[in-house]
Amino acid sequence: MTTLDAKIPEGPLAEKWDNHKFSVKLVNPANKRRFDVIVVGTGLAGASAAASLAELGYNVKVFTYHDSPRRAHSIAAQGGINAAKNYRNDGDSIYRLFYDTVKGGDYRSREANVYRLAQVSNDIIDQCAAQGVPFAREYGGLLANRSFGGAQVSRTFYARGQTGQQLLLGAYQALAAQIAVGKVTLYNRSDVLDIVTKDGEATGIVTRDMLTGEVSAHSGHAVVLATGGYGNVYYLSTNAMQCNVSASWRAHRKGALFANPCYTQIHPTCIPAADDFQSKLTLMSESLRNDGRIWVPRNLDEARAADQIPEEERYYYLEEKYPAFGNLVPRDVASRNAKTVVDEGHGIGPRKNGVYLDFAAARARDGVEAVKERYGNLFDMYERITGEDPYSVPMRIYPATHYTMGGLWVDYNLMTTVPGLYALGEANFSDHGANRLGASALMQGLADGYFVLPYTIGDHLAPKLGDSPVPTDDTVFTEAVNAVNDRTRRWMDVKGTHGVEHYHRELGKIVWEHCGMARNEAGLKKALSEIPALRDEFRKNVKVLGSPDGINTMLEKVNRVDDFMELAELKVRDALHRSESCGGHFREESQTPEGEALRDDENFAYVGAWEWNGDNVEPTLHKEHLEFEYVKLTQRSYK
Amino acid sequence: MTRMLNLKLRIWRQNGPDSEGAFLDIDADDIPEDASFLEMLDVVNERLISDDIEPVTFDHDCREGICGTCGVMINGQAHGPEKATATCQLHMRKFNDGDEITIEPWQAASFPVLKDLMVDRRALDRIVEAGGYISAPTGTAPDANEIAVPKEVAETSMDAAACIGCAACIAACPNSAGQLFTAAKLAHLNVLPQGQPERWKRTEAMVETMESFFGACTNHGECHEACPKEIPLDFIAMMNRDYVRSKVKNRSLASQ
Repeated sequence: MTTLDAKIPEGPLAEKWDNHKFSVKLVNPANKRRFDVIVVGTGLAGASAAASLAELGYNVKVFTYHDSPRRAHSIAAQGGINAAKNYRNDGDSIYRLFYDTVKGGDYRSREANVYRLAQVSNDIIDQCAAQGVPFAREYGGLLANRSFGGAQVSRTFYARGQTGQQLLLGAYQALAAQIAVGKVTLYNRSDVLDIVTKDGEATGIVTRDMLTGEVSAHSGHAVVLATGGYGNVYYLSTNAMQCNVSASWRAHRKGALFANPCYTQIHPTCIPAADDFQSKLTLMSESLRNDGRIWVPRNLDEARAADQIPEEERYYYLEEKYPAFGNLVPRDVASRNAKTVVDEGHGIGPRKNGVYLDFAAARARDGVEAVKERYGNLFDMYERITGEDPYSVPMRIYPATHYTMGGLWVDYNLMTTVPGLYALGEANFSDHGANRLGASALMQGLADGYFVLPYTIGDHLAPKLGDSPVPTDDTVFTEAVNAVNDRTRRWMDVKGTHGVEHYHRELGKIVWEHCGMARNEAGLKKALSEIPALRDEFRKNVKVLGSPDGINTMLEKVNRVDDFMELAELKVRDALHRSESCGGHFREESQTPEGEALRDDENFAYVGAWEWNGDNVEPTLHKEHLEFEYVKLTQRSYK
Repeated sequence: MTRMLNLKLRIWRQNGPDSEGAFLDIDADDIPEDASFLEMLDVVNERLISDDIEPVTFDHDCREGICGTCGVMINGQAHGPEKATATCQLHMRKFNDGDEITIEPWQAASFPVLKDLMVDRRALDRIVEAGGYISAPTGTAPDANEIAVPKEVAETSMDAAACIGCAACIAACPNSAGQLFTAAKLAHLNVLPQGQPERWKRTEAMVETMESFFGACTNHGECHEACPKEIPLDFIAMMNRDYVRSKVKNRSLASQ
C-alpha cells in the first residue's frame, strides 16, 4: 500500500524552502562525478535540469526523441514568463504571485510548492538574462513587463511573441556548453519505451534508437522525467505532433502514482478545425482578447457574412453575461461559453465550429496602425493559416486543449512515489492545481530544472555514495528490453486494417466529447465503456508496416497511442469520481445558479492520485488532502 | 465551399543514407485547399498505408513554424513558394488544381538523408556546442536589471535569435554554406553586453566549426530568401568582421 507523504517542510510558509535546503543531504563537490543521472526530455524543464546538474558535476545522460534538443514544444509558448520582481512598483510581491497562483488554480494545489515557485521566479529572470535571453527592454535598457491573462500587476517578462523559444534556446545553449565539455552525453532521436526499477527504486530506462531501431538499456543513480503533458490524448490540441504521455505512463505502470489526470486547460482562442484532415490546432495569443470583441449571430443558421449582420442581431455573450470582465474572463469561463453558444447552433464559419473575435471596434477607436503594431504578427499568422484577412473580416476562434495540469504525483522534492524517479515541468502535477495562469508554465518548467531539482536530488543520491548503478546486464534490464521487443513484435504481427492515425482520431473524439470542456456523469460513464472497446479493437486491428529495424514512424506512434488509450481511461475515471467542478474541470452537475463552476471543498480539497494495479484491473485512488493555512478558500466570481 | 485540388506529386524516397533513392510519382486527388502542406502529406500517407505501402518519412513537430523540425524542397525551393513561411505553415491554397509538385529532402554534404525526406542536421548542434552560449552557470547571475541592455541592442539580438535552426538557408545555398545560421547565433550573443567576455573566442570557434561542415559563402543571398524568419544578411557581414578581429583579439587576450 503506497502512502502519500508530500514531505512538506516544517516552519512558516516563507521559510520552508530555506529550511529545506539546509536540511537536505548534500553530495560533496568532488563526489558528484561519481553519480550518473538520466534526464528524459529537453524542453525547458529537462534542458535546464540537465545543464544545471552537469554544472554541479554530476554525469548526465540526456534523451530526446527530437533531432536536436532545441526543438521541444516549450519553444511554442508565446506570451511570457511571470516573476515577482515588482520592477513596475505596482504592488507585486512573492506573496501576491503565490496567492494569485493558488487562487487561479482554484485551490487545488499545494501552498508550499506554489510559494517556492513564486520565490524562485525571480532567480529565473536573473539566470535567463545572464544567459543572453533577449527579453524586451525599456529605452533605459531595463527589463520591460506586461500584464497578462487578467493579472492585476505587470509581472510578465517576454521576448516578442517568442518567449518560450528564447528561454528554451537559453537552456539549450547551457546544455550545449555541458555537452561540449563532456559532462552531458546527448542521445538524440531516442524514444524512451520503459522505466526500469529494481527493488522498488528507479535504476534506468529502455530506449529505442529511432534511426537503427536498436533497443537498449541505460542505467543511472536517478531518473528524471521532463517529458511534458498529455494534451494529445484529445488528438487535436495545440501540442506538437510528437508530444506524448509514454514516459510518464510507463512510469505509472511501474508504480508512480498519476495525479489529477482530469485537469486539462482548454485555451479559448485557437483557430477552429478547417477540415477532416486537420492534424493540430494553432493557438492565437490570449492578448487578442484585450482588444477583440467576441460575438456570434443571434439567429441560428445565420447565412449572412459578419459585416452584413446588424449590431442588434449580434450576441456579445461574454460582455452581456459578465459585464465587469467582459471579453477578459478567465480561460475556462471564456472556453465554456464558446462551447455553449456553438452547441446551441450559433457557431460561425463553414463548419459552424467557431465564434467571432472582432477587431472592428478597436480599428475604429485606435486606427489600423495601432492594431497592426499590437497584433501584426498574430494577424499574419492567422492569414497564413486560414487565408482570411483579419483586418477586414473578424477572426474565427474556438477553444482547444492547451496544457495539462495533472501529471505524475511528486513530493516537495519533485520525486514520484518511485524512489529515485523524478518528474519535472508539465509532466508533474504539483503547482497549478486545477487551472494554470497565463505565463506560469515557463516559470514552473525552469523553476523545477534550474532551482529545485539541483538541490533536492542530493537527498536521494548522498546515501548511495560508492554504489555503482545497476549494470545493464542485470535481469531487471534484460527483462525490460525483452518486454519492449515483445511489444514491438506484437505490433508488427497484428497486420490489421487501419493505420494508427485512425485510432488516435477516434480516441480523441471520445475524450473531447465526454471529457472536454464540460463533463457529466452519463457522458463519462459512456466514455468509460467506449475507450476500452476502442483499445481492444485497436490492439487487434491496427496496421503497422515496414520493419522495426530502422526508421519506422508508424511503430513510434503505435506505442504512443497505446499508452494514450490507457491514460484516457484513467482521465475519464478521475473526472467521473470528482463530482465537483474546479478550474479546468467542469462538471455540469456542480454549478452555481448562474452556471459557474461550483467547488465542493468539503469533499474534494485533495489531490487524487491513482495507483496502477495491472491491465484491466481498476486502479486505486489515494488522496493527498490539501491544507490551506494562508489562503482563504473563496468561490471565484467574474461577474 | 472548400476548393479541392488534384495534384501530381513527385516525392523522393530513399531507404537510408547508403541506399539509392528514386522519385515516387503519385496522384494526390481531393486535397482540400485549407490543408497545410504537411497535412497534404498526411493524407497521402494514409492512402499509402491503406494500400499497404510504407508512408513517406518526414521530420515535423510543432506545425506552428517555430520548432524548426520540418523542411523540404518544394519544386526546388526550400520551404516552398511562400516567403517567410516554414513548410508546416504553407497551405495548399497557394497551389492550383493540376499542379505538379516535386518534393525532395534538404541537400548538403553534411546533411545525409536518413530516410525519404528526413535528413541529419546534427552539424548545427556541433556549431552551437563550439561556443554558441554565454557561460553563466545556474545560480551565478546578478539581478537582471544590473545589466542594462539598450532597447535597440535587445531588438537586434532578438532579430538574430529568431532563427529556428531549420537549415533552409543551407539547403537553399548553391554552396551549402552555413553562414546565415552561424551568423544569426553569433549576433544574438555578440551584440549583448553579457556576450562580450566570450565574444572573440566564440566567434573564432563557431566559424571554424562551421567551415569544417559547410561550404564557402559567395554572397548569393539565397539563404535570406529561403529563411522562414527573414534573418537579415547584415549578420553575415557582422560575423565576417568579428571573425577577422577575433584572430587578433584572441591572441592579444592570450598574451595579457
